[in-house]
Amino acid sequence: MAIDIKLKVNGTEHSATVEPRTLLVHLIRENLSMTGTHIGCDTSSCGACTVLIDGKSAKSCTILAVQANGKEITTVEGMATAEGLHPLQEGFHLNHALHCGFCTPGMMLRAVELLEKNPNPTEEEIRWGIAGNLCRCTGYNNIVKAIQWASAKMQDKELPSTEPEFV
Amino acid sequence: MIKCKTSKEIGGMGHSKKRKEDARFIQGKGNYVDDVKLPGMLYMDIVRSPYAYAKIKNIDATKALEIPGVIAVVTGKDLEKYNLHWMPTLMSDTQMVLPTDTVMYQAQEVAAVIATDRYIARDGKEAVMVDYEPMDPVMDPFEALNPDAPVLRSDKEGKTDNHIWNWKVGDKEKTEEIFSNADVVVKQQMHIPRIHVASIETCGCVASYDKVENHLTMYMTTQAPHAIRTVIALVAGHVGLTEEKIRVISPDIGGGFGGKVPVYPGYVIAIAVSFLTGAPIKWIEDRSENLQADSFARDYHITAEMAGTSDGKIQATRFKVLADHGYTDASANPSKFPTGLFSIGTGSYDYGAAYMEADAVYTNKPPGGVAYRCSFRVTEAVHAIERMTDMFARKVGKDPAQLRMENFIKKEDFPWASPTGWSYDSGDYHAGLQKAMDAIGYDDLRKEQLELRKEGKFLGIGISTFTEVVGAGPAQDFDILGIKMFDSAEIRVHPTGKAIARFGTKSQGQGHETTYAQIIAEELGIPMEHIQIEEGDTDTAPYGLGTYASRSTPTAGAAAAMAARKLRDKAKKIAAFLMEVSEEDLDWEPGKFFVKGAPEKSKTIQELIFAAYTNHPPGMEGGFEAVHYYDPPNLTFPSGAYICVAEVDAETCDIKVRRFVAIDDCGNIINPMIVQGQVHGGLTQGIAPAMYEELIYDKAGNILNGTFMDYLVPTAVESPSWETGHTITPAPHHPIGAKGVGESPTVGAPPAIVNAIVDAVSHLGIKHLEIPVTPFKLYKELKAVGYFNETA
Repeated sequence: MAIDIKLKVNGTEHSATVEPRTLLVHLIRENLSMTGTHIGCDTSSCGACTVLIDGKSAKSCTILAVQANGKEITTVEGMATAEGLHPLQEGFHLNHALHCGFCTPGMMLRAVELLEKNPNPTEEEIRWGIAGNLCRCTGYNNIVKAIQWASAKMQDKELPSTEPEFV
Repeated sequence: MIKCKTSKEIGGMGHSKKRKEDARFIQGKGNYVDDVKLPGMLYMDIVRSPYAYAKIKNIDATKALEIPGVIAVVTGKDLEKYNLHWMPTLMSDTQMVLPTDTVMYQAQEVAAVIATDRYIARDGKEAVMVDYEPMDPVMDPFEALNPDAPVLRSDKEGKTDNHIWNWKVGDKEKTEEIFSNADVVVKQQMHIPRIHVASIETCGCVASYDKVENHLTMYMTTQAPHAIRTVIALVAGHVGLTEEKIRVISPDIGGGFGGKVPVYPGYVIAIAVSFLTGAPIKWIEDRSENLQADSFARDYHITAEMAGTSDGKIQATRFKVLADHGYTDASANPSKFPTGLFSIGTGSYDYGAAYMEADAVYTNKPPGGVAYRCSFRVTEAVHAIERMTDMFARKVGKDPAQLRMENFIKKEDFPWASPTGWSYDSGDYHAGLQKAMDAIGYDDLRKEQLELRKEGKFLGIGISTFTEVVGAGPAQDFDILGIKMFDSAEIRVHPTGKAIARFGTKSQGQGHETTYAQIIAEELGIPMEHIQIEEGDTDTAPYGLGTYASRSTPTAGAAAAMAARKLRDKAKKIAAFLMEVSEEDLDWEPGKFFVKGAPEKSKTIQELIFAAYTNHPPGMEGGFEAVHYYDPPNLTFPSGAYICVAEVDAETCDIKVRRFVAIDDCGNIINPMIVQGQVHGGLTQGIAPAMYEELIYDKAGNILNGTFMDYLVPTAVESPSWETGHTITPAPHHPIGAKGVGESPTVGAPPAIVNAIVDAVSHLGIKHLEIPVTPFKLYKELKAVGYFNETA
């Protein structure tokens, strides 16, 4: 059985014919060839597949493509605009918040929603806020810094230093 | 403060340059193996054993083959026809690719299903019916040595037990004599449990065999593409896949930590199927397969002893190990070192006698002994020595910091010959510990600890002052499958002064595209932004043994500097020619040669490179490129002083790391930002085994926590806010004075954390806690010493 769906991904309308069991992450990665959304587990535990569905972060490895029918999806490929990188992308780069880069797209998209709901999160709020996204490389210190940096940037506040405190 | 010799624009060593590789990763443009898509590609899924030990009576693929889209089901019997059903491990043991009659661990590969789509492949996998005859597995390594234990590796002719090898080092008699006359002896049995690297990207490959050209292109998650190419040629050479016909491409890798060094059966099956069908075959593990079947780390049972004087002088140590390797020894150690570099376990202390012995056994667990951000058993050794040092301090009634200060090897005593045969290159252990103590406010914490105890609150301070050994290694002692462990760099500079450099290593997040460019910028004066770094393609990169065990900077980093120096020497000759002076009259400053005493007379490196293509001296080879294979004269010995402050809830036994200060010494620093990032990440992979991670098996051989739902990788909540710093003691034998750093924090953190937790409750009679120290384990230990009985 195949089902026709329509959805908007990063502002562009797409239609697809999918099996009912097709996962959203496979629709994005294979049918739409956007491979920035990654798969790290099969239990919605790691968050590498996080995308935004109608602005809310969701793990696309445990959502069926048919559930996304009529929705608006944002993936990492949709974060930058004509004006340049999203403040979170810039913040992750400047604060060395990524090593292998595999968790990064999911981590940033989770942070998009986090900052939308709470523009000035404390360190503890950030840590709890990204607890559904695993990173095996960075030890999280710099991810916290990157999100704090993006928070300042998005509100035109004074930007924290991006020099490492390593003396 | 780090002093930089180059300007920020050149961006040589010591600059915290932002990473060049980030641009693609933050925009979703990385190219990981599952992103590789080839025309006509088929998908492979693997049927796995539900039993830890069983005879395979029958494999019935009929139902699977009836599913539209299922192309083939491959079994061990199919591979046997081509003699491809077994393969060597990196330790020259043997491992099944697919079994023909017996399965040896739960989740072992039993058959492969090839289909047109990954969903159909999974359907096919579910439809393959395998008839097993289960047997009682051997799960306990001590029981595996019982004379009546079943002989697991009956495939090996003449094998009559489950013993793999015995290894020993040190002076046994001298050590025993010291022990029998010592004032004080402390002894502890400890287990360093099985853990899994669990990189967020699992393993996988796309094997693409071209029948017309008889050529295999293998995209795979490997940390050592060249070594893997050689292994493939060794396994499949007899069917015509010789080494020049194999191209291994290691694309972007989503974390390695050692888990992507071995050759897993899935890779080999994919190659075999592609070879037989001519179609590209994609195989990507899911997370459960990754956690349950790929190689594991640790699983050492250690009996550790330390002898010393009653006033706190360490005199000797003795370690006895039982190593559980699962059903095959699939470690990735240098071949002469079955226990890796475990013999570093005499630690940072000045004493003259040690003896270590290890025995390895087979059990019905998956292949073990690979890595978890430290492949060479340094973690196990450091845990033992740092726990024993604390126990010894407690026994003689000395503060553990003071006892360490009194026993450290002094900085003027380097190079230092360890009782197990190492020559430590350099270190300043006193400075590191003092810096860590100052940063954390050690004396005040000790006062606070006593005050809190009066209120019935538990605060602990734990120290680990470790010596690491990385950068394998010198060719005379270090090889894998006979291949010497040098590494390489090739620098090709274009006429306009921009360069591409290629390496035998392979970054999995370490930032090589940035740091190698900085090393070349340092030596050659070309801005690092103008130097492109490429790794991971065996057709283009020079041969090397890959990236693991913190070896990239000590080996390939050195090769980069040496190759760049060859080019600088060439530039000097060109400069002398162009300025009509002799080479002795020239001086170098980063970016240009100038005439001594007349600095206005100079040639920039870019002018000299251009001249190498347009106006080079007669008799000189044109062009501007160099290659260097670096054979390190010694390993490098980084060190660290870590202090953990832990709070233990007196009622719930909840454990909280309040602060953690890590002072690392990895010699000269290429990029402080990246070194710090490595330390942060390594520390989280240190708290993980100390408090959260352990793979648990029941007696029937079932893995009880083989998913991310129950294998506890720390999140940002469990991971503390790390405080980091450094001291610098250059490696005297290394071209840029650098040492490795990646695995140091994973090695050093666990004993600091355990020492802190033990310290928090030592006044109640707790002497030791096994990792992972969970609240429930702590509760049971406290109950055993009567704590809860008294307070109830």
